[in-house]
Amino acid sequence: MIPQIIKTFLDSDIGYSFKKSKVAIVSSIIFVTIVLTSLLAVVIAPYNPFDPKSVSLMDAFTPPIWSIGGSVDFLLGTDQQGRDMLSTMIYGSQISLIVGFASIIFAMVLGVFLGVTAGYLGGRYEIVVMRFTDVQLTIPSILMALLVDGIARGFISKSLHNDMAIYVLILAIGISEWPQFARITRAATLVEKNKEYVLASRIIGLSDIVIMIKHILPNILRPILVIATIGLSQAIITESTLSFLGVGFPPTNPSLGTLIRFGNNFLFSGEWWITFFPAIFLVVLALSINLLGDWMRDALNPKLKVR
Amino acid sequence: MTFLKINNLDIEYQTRKETINASRNVSFTLERGEIIGIVGESGSGKSTVANAIINLIDKPGKITNGSILLDETELCNNEEVVRTIRGKKIGFIFQDPQTSLNPLFTIKDQLVETIQTHTDLDYNKALEKSIKLLTEVGIENPHKRINDYPHQFSGGMRQRVVIALAISCEPDLLIADEPTTALDVSIQFKILNLLKKLTLDRNLGVLIITHDIGVIAEITDKVIIMRYGKIVEYGKTHQVLSKPASIECKSLVMSVPPANKKIDRFKLLSPEGKQIIDTSLNLTNNIIKNWKIRDLSNKKLLDFINVTKVFDGIKILSTKDADDKIQALDNVSFSIFEGESFGLVGESGSGKSTIAKIISGLLPPSKGEVKFENTSLFDPKNKLKIKKFRGQIQMIFQDPYSSLNPRFNIKDIISEPIKFFQKNIDHYSLDQNVNDLIDIVGISRTSLERFPHEFSGGQRQRISIARALATKPRLLICDEPTSALDVTIQAQVLNLLKDLQEQLNLTILFISHDLPVIRQMCDRVAILKKGCICEINQTESIFNNPKNLYTKELLRLMPKIESII
Repeated sequence: MIPQIIKTFLDSDIGYSFKKSKVAIVSSIIFVTIVLTSLLAVVIAPYNPFDPKSVSLMDAFTPPIWSIGGSVDFLLGTDQQGRDMLSTMIYGSQISLIVGFASIIFAMVLGVFLGVTAGYLGGRYEIVVMRFTDVQLTIPSILMALLVDGIARGFISKSLHNDMAIYVLILAIGISEWPQFARITRAATLVEKNKEYVLASRIIGLSDIVIMIKHILPNILRPILVIATIGLSQAIITESTLSFLGVGFPPTNPSLGTLIRFGNNFLFSGEWWITFFPAIFLVVLALSINLLGDWMRDALNPKLKVR
Repeated sequence: MTFLKINNLDIEYQTRKETINASRNVSFTLERGEIIGIVGESGSGKSTVANAIINLIDKPGKITNGSILLDETELCNNEEVVRTIRGKKIGFIFQDPQTSLNPLFTIKDQLVETIQTHTDLDYNKALEKSIKLLTEVGIENPHKRINDYPHQFSGGMRQRVVIALAISCEPDLLIADEPTTALDVSIQFKILNLLKKLTLDRNLGVLIITHDIGVIAEITDKVIIMRYGKIVEYGKTHQVLSKPASIECKSLVMSVPPANKKIDRFKLLSPEGKQIIDTSLNLTNNIIKNWKIRDLSNKKLLDFINVTKVFDGIKILSTKDADDKIQALDNVSFSIFEGESFGLVGESGSGKSTIAKIISGLLPPSKGEVKFENTSLFDPKNKLKIKKFRGQIQMIFQDPYSSLNPRFNIKDIISEPIKFFQKNIDHYSLDQNVNDLIDIVGISRTSLERFPHEFSGGQRQRISIARALATKPRLLICDEPTSALDVTIQAQVLNLLKDLQEQLNLTILFISHDLPVIRQMCDRVAILKKGCICEINQTESIFNNPKNLYTKELLRLMPKIESII
């Protein structure tokens, strides 16, 4: 079954351009590796950094294995609490990826819904929705996320705050990302809406909802997919930024951004690895997604088709 | 000395899956002062040959063999030479005047720049020359208009500017790739005459590429007929069109709708050269029984009463600004009787498609009433009744490439309307219905699982017809159903529509800009001009004895193949 799917994929036009693009192959390998590693964190990570039993303050500030004083037990060294850097990063990337995926799906659902309905129904509804989108676009996404986060903090009691952090972040990032989706889907809907197959369905008498879901949505998936891929890396970076600023994940449940924030304190006292490795990890993750998105944009663009 | 001599030209496009031979062993010659036409169906390689002359073949195409000699200079695969010649010795006119001019520069900038790159005239001399050129191609008031931007010109005027640009550097050879396809009949006539005149005045060699036999008959001295990259016939236009020798050419000439008489149906040739006589329809008794054919009653089916349609922009606050209003229809009335085919003719912007959209319920009229079987279609009181009528009015669209949802397979496309009107239909009768429909339009049942992109334009149009028939409509609106198709395919589709009408007693509203097609298809015709009806009458009396001035003008200007046979 799965080999069959892979074979048909590699045989299609998109698969062909994938095989031709070294960048796409390398970045997708990196991305898939990171995703698999973080999914299987429990199996792969050498330690569980959240298990107090496996953490010992005696091991704190162990440098990476190749430096003087490094230990075979901790490949990339440990942080100030004696947690293994490699394991913390793997667990941290898990959180970052969950937040990234969840918030982009949230943004996608909201943005695509508003975009398709605005484009298809038109009229005053469209004008209101699109002006709202324009206003939202003028607010920087970090600022928007900070705003949502701040409001949420006001509502949620302090004891629950740490547990709710993940939902607040998903909501905050999702709300700052949806205008991109709304604009792209509206533009694509406007093109599809006037195509004759949509007119034919309207003449048959199909309802607007059926036309939007069955006819328009499947035909505008390509640009949405491209935006979603590039948006994913943006969401991960936004999450890290928020955590770095101290409004994201708490130190007990660190994401990549939280790790960078803590490492940052020790950067000038010589313990560079605590901030360096999570930062590099974040860069590699975001870059691989972006390169994949770039390739996808070219491959799915009929005007740039490689024969 | 021959002016342009093409010898054994082979062009290949190598794609991942196959190698396409866009041109195989093509040879012809062109003299100065001569117009040669290349005709062929889409994909026959006619544009590729023209592009090869100026070495503009898109990748991955390449010339594998042969030579192109212009005044004894080899152009084939010789980019350095071609670059000095392109634009200077060879002028090129593209199909779409909307896109071949840069919208950001005035006509003056574009003309003067082109002249100055290819000659060493100074600015004032170049400007003077540009104005002279514009006068020559028939643009009024050139001193003033030269400062305009392309969007300030109409389609025909823009094509004249493109021609002026093409001849600005005194080329010897002019290549025109479908120069009038995007234009209306009256403008087409003027542009063709202009090309003819320029050819004589300037002693040019002109190569015209077109799919329109009418244009070929009007203007060319010699004609080349291409198919699958090969020349199937080559000779004097009169000779080739009146006494075609090859089967391809015969079937091409036979498929052209004659403008001077009404024929019962188009004769078609099989690839072996035998005539196909039997109807393309295979209506079994079963289908006819299922359809419940209505008797011919000659009752009024559709009444279009004093309809006016004004388009205005939507604003968040309603204003009474008259500036952004476009009047598409002005007090149009006509009626269609059951069982007839009613034709609507007009140039672009005359409101033909707006009428189709109003009847099919896609647009509401601004004023006036549309009645179907004496029930007003836009009266909110009749909502339930209107919903029932929806299936009785169906439409076939112009563009076969966008009228089918690319993500649906053929079976889903055809069964969608059936499922909508018969909510609790079982699988067996649904399949039965779909199979009947696909048989009617002459597509094999095995293709039901395939997707639209696997079919040719003509086949897609047949699928479109099957979908429109799925609700067993009484009124079928055909909005330019064949204008995107090649002539031979057009003949097949028109035959199919005729047969359907005869066998199923359909009423057809046929919209077209193509007068010969209208003559073949319609019982009565209405001529539209800028949203008003000029004349409504029986088809034959309009064609034989037009009363209105505009109708006379249209009939005079349409390209006629009979003019030379």
